[in-house]
Amino acid sequence: MQAVKYARAESVAEAVRLLQEGGDGARPLAGGTDVIVQARERTRDIDLFVDIKHIPEVVDIRHGADGSLTIGAATPCYQIYGDATIAERFPILVDSTSLIGGTAIQGRASLGGNLCNSSPAADGIPSLIVLEAQVEIAGPNGRRTVAVEDFCTAPGRNVLGSGEFVVSLSFPAPAAGSGARFLRFIPRNEMDIAVTNAATQIRLNGDGSVAWARVAIGAVAPTPLLVSEAADALVGQPLSEDSIAAAASASRAAANPIDDMRGSVRQRVHLAGVLTERTIRHAAERAA
Amino acid sequence: MATEHIVVNCTINGESQTFLANERDSLLEALRDRIGLTGAKEGCNNGNCGACCVNMDGRIVNSCLVMAGECEGSEIRTVEGLAMGDQLTPLQNAFLEQAALQCGICTPGFLVAAEALLEQNPDPSEHEIRYWLAGNLCRCTGYDKIIKAVQQAAGQSVV
Repeated sequence: MQAVKYARAESVAEAVRLLQEGGDGARPLAGGTDVIVQARERTRDIDLFVDIKHIPEVVDIRHGADGSLTIGAATPCYQIYGDATIAERFPILVDSTSLIGGTAIQGRASLGGNLCNSSPAADGIPSLIVLEAQVEIAGPNGRRTVAVEDFCTAPGRNVLGSGEFVVSLSFPAPAAGSGARFLRFIPRNEMDIAVTNAATQIRLNGDGSVAWARVAIGAVAPTPLLVSEAADALVGQPLSEDSIAAAASASRAAANPIDDMRGSVRQRVHLAGVLTERTIRHAAERAA
Repeated sequence: MATEHIVVNCTINGESQTFLANERDSLLEALRDRIGLTGAKEGCNNGNCGACCVNMDGRIVNSCLVMAGECEGSEIRTVEGLAMGDQLTPLQNAFLEQAALQCGICTPGFLVAAEALLEQNPDPSEHEIRYWLAGNLCRCTGYDKIIKAVQQAAGQSVV
């Protein structure tokens, strides 16, 4: 392990101050399931962990009276998938949080950490994108909000500046007639990094036509991608084999993956289409 | 860089403990090197293998992925806290009876993880057991004997 120091922040202001004073080597510590490994294996230069888990708004779940949702950035996965109201209103968040790591990882890992780790293959981010999550960021100049699809900028990189950290993620209430689903492909049953993943949220009109949709794919580009062309292929018409195939085709076209030990370019492009198609069908089932 | 020491107060296996740790220590290093509890094992040291699994405030965690400083005020339970003297828990006995260990390196992690499962779900299905234990790796048994031991401890008939 690098000679890393540990500090516990009791407030957002204290966390910002500690991160700012710590400079480039300071990192917020949420569940630590990525960042402690990075410090130990020296894949990131880290000399200070600022523990943000003792700040109430960073570790809580708030349901708005209007059905909206705010999740503290460091809220562990098990609390998210164990929340009955989230399971009812936002089951796609259960899809993601229940397959990130194993049980011991889920006891610590958070959606905010998954986002800030900014892996192209993050299993939390496509779900956040299709739910139109807004990222609440605190920093030396106060607070700002970023749409989650604009947060990641490259593998392991994001829009956070010096002294900034993610406080929470906010989600609008799902409209009536909407449903969402996340799926990933891995060659085993659990505990693996996605070869490709995808999420869809869809809203159906009373007549069965698609009123609105969002599709996101992961592990096929430097960042998780919002594929607006896939949504465009669905909206304004009844869900059909043709429209679903057109959306899958749009995802394949948007995919720009690499070859690595987990999968080839050809396999990942194919999977982007398959998972787009499946998440659309599953999201429509949840919408019905 | 000079080594920075920190004082940590927490409860370990029901006893209040105050210990001195290097600021860079993980909970696993603190348990093994500062406190002398060597039950939790270092396998991968990156959260994949589960050999270092301990219970922290009622949830299982990989102790290699917890900083010692994070444990201030927390309640830790390790494999050493399971048996009462030489009185093994039903799960520990089941591991022996089902031959659910060979080399034994993974066993402390499996025991802590499976005890936590049975605490919150006393009658788990085979599917639930397998998913709960997916973060614990064993290279000897092929898992079936471990699953059977957990089923036996849950009072289920084991074939």
